[in-house]
Amino acid sequence: MSALTAIYRKEMRAYFCSPIAYVLWTCFVALTGYFFYTGLLYYSMASMQAMQQPWGATLNLQEMLMAPLMSNWSVMLMLISPLLTMRLLSEEKRSGTIELLLSYPLSDASVVLGKFLAALSMFALILLPTLAQVAILFWLGQPHLPAILAGYLGLLFMGAAFIALGLLASALTENQIVSGVLAFVALLMLWVVGWSGNLVGGSLGEALKALALGPHFEGFPKGLIDTADVAYFILFIGFFLFVTIRTLEAKRWKA
Amino acid sequence: MIEVKDLRKRFGDNLAVDGLNFEVADGEILGFLGPNGAGKTTTMRILTGYFPPSSGSASIAGHDVVDEPLAARRAVGYLPENVPLYVDMRVREYLDFVGGAKGLKGLEARRETKRVMEATGIAERAGQLIKQLSKGYRQRVGLAQALVADPPVLILDEPTIGLDPRQIVEIRSLIKDMAGSKTVILSSHILPEVAATCQRVVIINQGRLVAQGPPSLLRPERAGNDRLRLAALGDPARLLDLLLATPGVGGVHPEAAPADQPGVAVFSLTAAAEPAARAALAKAVVDSGAGLVELTPIAQSLEEVFVQLITSESGAAPVAEAEAPAGEDAA
Repeated sequence: MSALTAIYRKEMRAYFCSPIAYVLWTCFVALTGYFFYTGLLYYSMASMQAMQQPWGATLNLQEMLMAPLMSNWSVMLMLISPLLTMRLLSEEKRSGTIELLLSYPLSDASVVLGKFLAALSMFALILLPTLAQVAILFWLGQPHLPAILAGYLGLLFMGAAFIALGLLASALTENQIVSGVLAFVALLMLWVVGWSGNLVGGSLGEALKALALGPHFEGFPKGLIDTADVAYFILFIGFFLFVTIRTLEAKRWKA
Repeated sequence: MIEVKDLRKRFGDNLAVDGLNFEVADGEILGFLGPNGAGKTTTMRILTGYFPPSSGSASIAGHDVVDEPLAARRAVGYLPENVPLYVDMRVREYLDFVGGAKGLKGLEARRETKRVMEATGIAERAGQLIKQLSKGYRQRVGLAQALVADPPVLILDEPTIGLDPRQIVEIRSLIKDMAGSKTVILSSHILPEVAATCQRVVIINQGRLVAQGPPSLLRPERAGNDRLRLAALGDPARLLDLLLATPGVGGVHPEAAPADQPGVAVFSLTAAAEPAARAALAKAVVDSGAGLVELTPIAQSLEEVFVQLITSESGAAPVAEAEAPAGEDAA
């Protein structure tokens, strides 16, 4: 357990001692701030117009503002996550430090989990400034807190999935760029694979739709925590972490 | 403490380690010698659990490296050849991390950090980034991380490579101080280094054991002869005749004369190891009227020692066993 903590601390330190964390943070805050501002303006315009309609006053802050915003965030986070994970294992391999790390009495699982948790913490920290936007909503109106919390839960599940996959990409190569590109392309494929579901049709089409990442997230920001979605993410994360650990072990056997 | 039995490691078609057998006793410093590519690093990586052997077995402190990897690795401190450290960390942070990775709790890890920094003389660099340290200090940090958690076995791969002479002496004396308290395997391809530090040597070539025994095994005067280099001003043909006629001198070969010293003839030869024989040789050259310019013993290269060791045994079994009781000083 202390080995896992040591790895976690080292990775967290590495994030904060490099510009990566600060750059990602700043860019994410700037982009989400812009989206929030335009979204809010649009929403207030729409509500002004709605007030002049006899059938008005049915606008929903969560559905019309928060859910689309979180959906925007999820795409941005998909772009960001490979940047958080691409270094984790590939750099250890490139610089040779993995040889020393694997000579210590620690399990491969604690190496992988320590790095996974560090990247997930960084992901959560990047998400943290968006709470300011939620605070502004509470100041201006009456958003639905449980739905917002569900949305954040969904974002964390999704982030963990992105990171688990990114970690595997990082275990496969000693080149950071290759690892980042690999993770990004795989995530993008998983994101859009459902779109072809209707074209393919039949049970294969259904399977493709069930496989896609995006649709499993959509329920959360609407305040809908579906067991199937939760199970999907947990299986997704578990599968990729398991394969990453196995890949590391296989490296020992082949190297 | 360390037992290697019939160890083999295959990379594709290449057999990097081919049936290696040796043992290291408790508290012994073993020199692991061989030219580059002999299989030293591969053997060390198997011992430290980086990869398993293709066949055969290795155990450390009674724990097989494949069956009980964690217990075996707990007993080992390892310093890889190129000293891969996390260069963006500060020395103290890095050693704290190593302590944690080796399973020490926070306070314990910090105490270990302090201890190993003092043992390796890097305490005054504790707050510095590793990438700002000189090669010598990095090597010490590498040694320090191997010492964290006080493992009974140290495996050091070329610990003095790339250091300046003063740093080499310092690292060597650090290692020598561990004799008795730690079991050390030290790889090198530098003969004098091993002769100066180790109590026993294992020599391998192309993955096979060539010889093992006390460091005296490596001394060039094994046959009672010195190899010498002789340079003199004079006619090369006359000098050659003279040398061949001198008693106690054999194996005379003319060598290429240095381009910047015209008129100098150079020979390599063997002469009896006694000082009197060498003096007689010098006198013979001077008496003949040729100007003696140089008379130097030639240090044998490891490759020459290999050739000597392999050819000195009956061709079928190229393994020289020269067992000596541990601790015997072969000075």
